[in-house]
Parts: sequence; structure tokens; C-alpha cells
Amino acid sequence: MPLLEVRDLRTSFHTRDGIVRAVDGISFDVEAGQTVGIVGESGSGKSVCCYSLLQLIPQPPGRIEGGTAKFGDLDLLQLSEAQMRKVRGKRISLIFQDPMTSLNPYLRISTQLIEPLLIHEGLSKSEALTRAIAELEAVGIPDPKSRIHSYPHEFSGGMRQRVMIAMALIARPEILIADEPTTALDVTIQRQVLDLIKTRQDDLGTAVIFITHDLAVVSEVCDYVNVMYAGRFVERAPVETLFARPRHAYTRALQRSIPAMQKKGEILYTIPGLPPNLANGLPGCAFASRCEAHEGDPPHAATRPALVELESTHWVQDCPGCLAVAVTTN
Amino acid sequence: MSYLELEDLTRHFVRREGWPIPRKTLVRAVDGVSLQIEKGEILGLVGESGCGKSTLSRLIMQLLVPTSGSVVLEGERLADLPPAEIRKRRRDFQMIFQDPYASLNPRMTVFSTLAEAILTRRPELARDRSALESAVAALMGRVGLDSRYIRKYPHEFSGGQRQRIAIARALGPEPKLILADEPVSALDVSIQSQILNLLLKLRDELGLTMIFISHDLSVVRYIADRIAVMDEGKIVEVGESDALFTSPQSEVTRTLLKAIPKIRYPVAVSG
Repeated sequence: MPLLEVRDLRTSFHTRDGIVRAVDGISFDVEAGQTVGIVGESGSGKSVCCYSLLQLIPQPPGRIEGGTAKFGDLDLLQLSEAQMRKVRGKRISLIFQDPMTSLNPYLRISTQLIEPLLIHEGLSKSEALTRAIAELEAVGIPDPKSRIHSYPHEFSGGMRQRVMIAMALIARPEILIADEPTTALDVTIQRQVLDLIKTRQDDLGTAVIFITHDLAVVSEVCDYVNVMYAGRFVERAPVETLFARPRHAYTRALQRSIPAMQKKGEILYTIPGLPPNLANGLPGCAFASRCEAHEGDPPHAATRPALVELESTHWVQDCPGCLAVAVTTN
Repeated sequence: MSYLELEDLTRHFVRREGWPIPRKTLVRAVDGVSLQIEKGEILGLVGESGCGKSTLSRLIMQLLVPTSGSVVLEGERLADLPPAEIRKRRRDFQMIFQDPYASLNPRMTVFSTLAEAILTRRPELARDRSALESAVAALMGRVGLDSRYIRKYPHEFSGGQRQRIAIARALGPEPKLILADEPVSALDVSIQSQILNLLLKLRDELGLTMIFISHDLSVVRYIADRIAVMDEGKIVEVGESDALFTSPQSEVTRTLLKAIPKIRYPVAVSG
């Protein structure tokens, strides 16, 4: 029995331009202690998917149209706001891309860091402060006893992201959702933050849902990867399988477009065109107009293709066009 | 004599800390940087945040006055020029910024943004509307934007297209040097490749000289001819891109290389 079991989650936004199906029927599991990746371009719906789980979608214009998210004996999508508040920050917590905007600049780090403990565990302020200092130490903030009383602007970007991680983990959640946690950071700081998430995860046994657009990061941190495109998963596989035997044309195109994979002087591979506009509803395969895998034969699916399990735990959208080209491992 | 030379460029800042009697400390943001760049070359500048990359770029752009040392463009020592002359030289240096959302004026159409840039070099076009429009359209074509979008505002474009507008704006004044400050870090992988391809194409077509600042060494390796690694205000290593990757000489370079996330699995090659 997985820790979190998401089935057929559908979230849409009702806008003037029509109904945008940002998340259109996705299912995935998260096992205890596992790192599950969600990869995709901007606008593919990866953040909306995770925010839906915590009911952080502004409603209206957003609306969770259906699906279930079984978390123990709770269905996250059916919880009342009061019940949800007991889950958020306590059992499932979230770190955002930009540590500058997700800390309150007016409050000391100490005030912000002990808040989850005061709310969820009913500790006294001094007990909470001791825990908070220990947590800061665990995320590698030097001299936490005095630094805890600083304001966010006194920390560098990397340090702020460490504070965010400390804050997210202080109540020992079962699941940590990390939404592009290193995109705004330097490579060296990114390395430190990735390592830190990994060590804290090993220490605490937290499961992580890792949202990113960087395939290299995915290969370093994830156990299982879901590739998202136009609101749906197009391919789901354990990380080794995804890199060694990617089947869907979109996954292969993403891999080819990593600059580091290409020789100097060659023109970089780019995926032609733009992601489709989700407002109008997509009749067939969402990747059809951008797919270069083959010459129109076999054709792309005319109705939106279903995910099928090719081999154990390796799922792919069953569109004959996208699956056309045979792949070899080097 | 190289096209652009930085001669022992230095910029110090005095930081005042403490109250009531401030303690003064000297911050050596850029500390004796010497570099030569040839015409048509792309120089990659890498380093951790806080190493002085931005201060160096502002010195080159003539936005900061150096404490000592000078910038020499085509044999002309810019620090010796009177301020009015320096203002005229500013258009020779153009920048492309990291965030195309923030660096374009949301209230200006593509036309007005690009027309403004073109007019700095060719003010005579102000009286000839149709010539100006065709110059803007030509510029848009150059960066791969459809000139049908000439009346649109930045918010109507995607991130990659916005970065193309920013690049077109930088090309408008026909600069001698383009300073690209993390131009692809805010973009998706697939869009990154498009912009990198565009920059290389423009270099070949226009013979652009470019300084490409980034913390992402894998991107820099791909685009730059030579890479300069900066640490604590000094250049610690300069070398041909591939050489720097295969045999890094300094500890700073090795740390940066080690930090790049790498694909850890055998990767399939597809047709």
C-alpha cells in the first residue's frame, strides 16, 4: 500500500479564453522514503498537480474536477479546510523555487521556523526554539544559536533555501514536495541543496515529490520519474529505464535537447514549435504537431492516447506516432 | 592588440558597518583583472555568486568607474575620454539580461522597444517612419521573430520569444560588444537550446563579440571559445573551453565542474 495514491487527478482553470485543463487525469503513487520526479516544460502542469494535492489552487478560477488522492485513510481532495490545515506543513510540506519570496521579510527566521511546531505539536516557545536551532544545525547553517534571530535578508540565497528546507522538515512530514527547489540557485549552491535534501531524506525517511525541468537533476535525485506534457503523463518509469529505454517521442526529444549532451560546434537540437494551448481541449495526441520522430507513418493517435504498461512499472502513452522509432542503448 | 582589452581593471568598494562609529572595510569586488578578447570571439565568464562577475560586467559596460586600470576598445582607452564621449560609447556595449520578463518594458510594443534601440545609432530614421519600420522588421527577422507581431506587447509572448526581443534590442544599436548576463538560466531546456543556437548564428552572421556570463558550465562550454573563471575578484584561470573542461588547473574550476548535475545512467541514442 503506497503512502500516497493519486488517481485520475483533474484540475482545470475556468478563464475567459475557455476551460484550461492544466492537469488532465494523472495517476501516480509515492512509496514511503521514495523520491518521485515530475519533469516537464513550464506550463505542463507539474506545479498545479502538486498544489492541487494540498488544495492550494485558487478557487475560482481553479477547480479540482475529479480524482482521488488517498493518503493513509484520508482523501486529500475531499478534506475540509480545517482538516487540510492539519496535513499541510505537518504531514505534507512544500518548498518553493524562490526562497526570496517564500520567507516573510518582516519576521525573524526564528518566528517563522517555530510556527509549525507551535501550531502542529503544541510545543512551548522555548521547546520549539531548541528544536528549531537543532534543525538549522542539521541543514548546515553555521552558528545557528545566534543566526536564528536574523531576518531573511541577512541570509544569502543558498542559506535561505536551507532555512526553507529546515522549515519544511521541522515537523517531520511524511512527504516533502519540492517545486524546482534549485532552479534559482548557482550550480555550486544547487549541488549543496540537492545533497542536503538527500541527506535529510535519508535521516528522516521522508518521501519526496521532486518537480523540475532539469533532466540531469532528475537523474541524480529521483527513483521514479513521471514525464509530464500538456497536463498528462506521457511516460512513467524507474529512472534507469527512463534514461536507457525512453519510449515516448517527447521524452527522447527532451533528452536530446540537453546542451551538455551535445558536441561543441554542432547545432543544438531543439524541439520545434510550442507546447499546445490547453484552453481549447486537445482531440488527439498532444505532441503530434511537434513530433519529429518519424515521417507521418504510423499516424499519431486521433483520440488522446491512454497510458499503457509496456513492461512492469514502465508506462507510456499509447500513441503509435510517438512510439514509432526504435531505440538503442549505447 | 586585441579588440577589447581589460588592463589590470580594479574596483573597490568601501563598506561601512557598525554604529555609532562605522567600521570601514574595503571590498575588492574586482581586483586586477586583465583579459583580451578578439573580434568575433565568445568569452565565457563563470564563477560562483559574489565572485565579482556583475561588477566586472558593469565596469566593462562603463556603468561603473574603475578604481584603477582601464577598458581598451579597438586601441582606445575609454577611461581617458570625457564623460560626454563615454555616453556616446555606451551604445557600443549592449546587455542581455537573465530575466526577459523583467528586462522589457511591459508598456512598450515590440516596435517601440526596438525602434528606440535603432534610433540611438541611426537618429536620422526618426523622420522616416517607413524606413524605421522596415529596420525594425529586419531586426525581428534576424532573431527569428515574425514581423506580424510588431505591434504586440511583451506579455503576449512566451519566455523564449521575449528573450529574442531582448536580443534584438541589444542588436539594435549595432554594438561592438554584447554582454550576456545569464541569458538562458531562466529558460526551459528546450528553449535554452533555441537561444544558444540563435546567439551562435548571430555571431557567425554579424561577427559579434560577446562575453557570456553564466554559472552553468555545461552551457558555457558549448557556446564559448574561451572560458575565464573568476573567484574573489580575480581571474583564476583562462583557457580554451574544452581544455578547461578536460584539465582544469585551479581548485575553483574543479569545484564548479564537480557541481554540475550529470546524467548518471546510460542514455539511449535515438534517431
